[in-house]
Amino acid sequence: MRKLLTGNEAVAQGAYEAGVTFAAAYPGTPSTEILENIAEFKKDIIAEWAPNEKVALESAIGASIAGARSLAAMKMVGVNVAADPLFSFAYTGVNGGMLLITADDPGLHSSQNEQDNRYYAKFAKIPMIEPSDSQESKDMIKVAMEISEKFDTPVLMRMTTRVCHSKSIVEIGERQEVGKKPYVKNLAKYDLMPAISRKLRAQLNGRLKELEQYSNETSLNYFEWNESKIGIITSGIAYQHTKEVFEDTVSYLKLGFTYPLPLMKIREFATKMETLYIVEELEPYLEEQIKQAGIACIGKEKIPNMYELNPDIIAKSLIGTERQRVQYDSASIASRPPVLCAGCPHRGFFYELSKIRNVMVSGDIGCYALGGSAPLSAKDSAICMGGAPSIAHGAQKIFNKFNENMRVVATIGDSTFFHTGINSIMDIAYNNSNTITCILDNRITGMTGHQDHPGTGFTLQGMPTKALDIAAVVKAVGIDHVRVINPLILSTVKSALEWALSLDEPSVIITRWPCVLKKQSQIDKNEFGNYMSTCEVKEEKCIGCKLCIWTGCPALRFDKGARKAKIDPIQCVACQICVQVCPQKAISRVGK
Amino acid sequence: MDVKNILLVGVGGQGTILASKILSDGLITAGYDVKMSKVHGMAQRGGSVSTQVRYGKKVYSPIIGKGQADILVAFETMEALRWLEYMNPRGTAIVNDYQIPFALILMGQIDYPVGILEVIQQKVKTTVLKAAEIAVQLGNAKTMNIVLFGALVKAMSLENIDWEQAIRNHVKAKTVDINLEAFHAGLTVT
Repeated sequence: MRKLLTGNEAVAQGAYEAGVTFAAAYPGTPSTEILENIAEFKKDIIAEWAPNEKVALESAIGASIAGARSLAAMKMVGVNVAADPLFSFAYTGVNGGMLLITADDPGLHSSQNEQDNRYYAKFAKIPMIEPSDSQESKDMIKVAMEISEKFDTPVLMRMTTRVCHSKSIVEIGERQEVGKKPYVKNLAKYDLMPAISRKLRAQLNGRLKELEQYSNETSLNYFEWNESKIGIITSGIAYQHTKEVFEDTVSYLKLGFTYPLPLMKIREFATKMETLYIVEELEPYLEEQIKQAGIACIGKEKIPNMYELNPDIIAKSLIGTERQRVQYDSASIASRPPVLCAGCPHRGFFYELSKIRNVMVSGDIGCYALGGSAPLSAKDSAICMGGAPSIAHGAQKIFNKFNENMRVVATIGDSTFFHTGINSIMDIAYNNSNTITCILDNRITGMTGHQDHPGTGFTLQGMPTKALDIAAVVKAVGIDHVRVINPLILSTVKSALEWALSLDEPSVIITRWPCVLKKQSQIDKNEFGNYMSTCEVKEEKCIGCKLCIWTGCPALRFDKGARKAKIDPIQCVACQICVQVCPQKAISRVGK
Repeated sequence: MDVKNILLVGVGGQGTILASKILSDGLITAGYDVKMSKVHGMAQRGGSVSTQVRYGKKVYSPIIGKGQADILVAFETMEALRWLEYMNPRGTAIVNDYQIPFALILMGQIDYPVGILEVIQQKVKTTVLKAAEIAVQLGNAKTMNIVLFGALVKAMSLENIDWEQAIRNHVKAKTVDINLEAFHAGLTVT
């Protein structure tokens, strides 16, 4: 059977067919749908959301040691979080096959940086595979499991946004039942005490030698012989873009297994080509190693080392051709930046926060990052997942030490709090700064499309489970001043912020209201009720002051001609933030 | 045959992705190689969105380059202008005469730009339709995307594919009939 699948869907199918029985991840674009799709194979695969990527990898490591084929999936910055167990698990090796999938995001479609995670394979000394379409994404899972078990090593599979999210045709197969390998206690393999690690370190070098030989032999690295004037070495999505430009007019060495590199194959290819190009997206990962081996080639002299690659860039750089385009004046095209949704529970919070002076707002990664955009503009920084409270703490300590009249407010989401925010808040309590942490609890992982987390009461595979109480956790890590508030009531938000600012000790404000797009569980319905309706502006009362417009709600618009505010009834859900802002009481909920 | 390139653009929430799924599904059953590309994430929150569908005997890259789209289907008027540079100058634009305001308009700072349709009509072969009005007349405003899809099928001369089945595969059972009506309405737009 043939199906049109995204790379992520194909990975899930591949995991099923390859006999994987345990998979864990923390959601992150462009990797999220891998676990969402694996979760569908309920009978055969245990699929879990972990609180963060390190935990996801560690639980997959445990499953491997116990004897099962396992995998962990994450976006590229997640591998930074998971790097600690990764580098050490490379020493012990596996029992059941173990695969780590990194989904890189060239072009920063949805990420805070553009790191090229291929270097992790070299750094951690583990083999790496790189699919270039959905069929390969599926097939390579099976190969990865074989490599992992044959060479006793975790394997890294590096995908990119265009491989993860593009659909192409995949031939669907059957599950290969591999069962579970027996577990045998083996301290000399799994207990990384220095004396043991020292021995394993030497073995690691031997394993890499064997893997290099495999790299030269495997059909994952193959030639496509055509003309010998131009030869191109390429991998991943760059292969598809290159084929798009040159089709069968040049020769290719297509690399699917990219650490260790098949230097013998590369040398053989190079000697037969007049000119050798390396076409790779992002960093000169292949090029550096090929040049270091003394093989002449052209790479980043022609191909940029940043942003997404595409066929047009390759055509222009290597053969100087450009397609004819429509010429027109594009000056009138306005941008459409993403905004907090109509009815977003974060709006009221940011509206009140934006009115406070002499505060630095330390933001984090999630929908609430949009609270930093105009007109709310309540953000000074955002660096990494879970970093808002600890970054706020360091800043607050310095402002206090230098007697500057500046308070620091951290804003962090519920899922991000569970990710690594807990540790950061522990730091605030332990090292005692009067930092104010605001946990914007919308009862779900919002930005990546509504994944459950330890606070929602449900697992990835839909089972009811313990819902962690954020307030209790915060108190347990040492915060004495904690308030849980409804962010839709502006006066409550205002007084909570004033209360926190009056304290000379750490405090936490938890704004608890579900994401407006969330499919509400029965628990949500019991707690929050069915509040959705719409609001309308009474035109005769509206004085055109635009205060409602400054909440940044996309359901509100200002009619320039009539000088009146208007509400789009299709978008409005009657969160009533604008009702509270209007000085003329011109806005009201329809009905009731 | 050469690879054909279809670019569907609009604003997050307009149903471009559903239309591209139905399109890809039908093209596969007709035996074509198909690649479809979209980007998720932040842009979905009311941002400008695009879905790219490429089909032919063999498709390599999933990305449509500037000057390459044989058909541009714009679900929103200004989005047509934004993506016009991706069009093959000999291609066809299908533009929905439907405006979604953006931030500066909402804040009352500027008006929606005028004359966009005229600019596009001057530059490429263009079909303008009021898909929203057609969908409302049929009784369901949300079928606007399927009206546009019908117009796309006609423009690409792909009427011989079993689209009704493809539509059935992708919409909720109770909306099949109205979506089929919307499809046929789109097919007959001139």
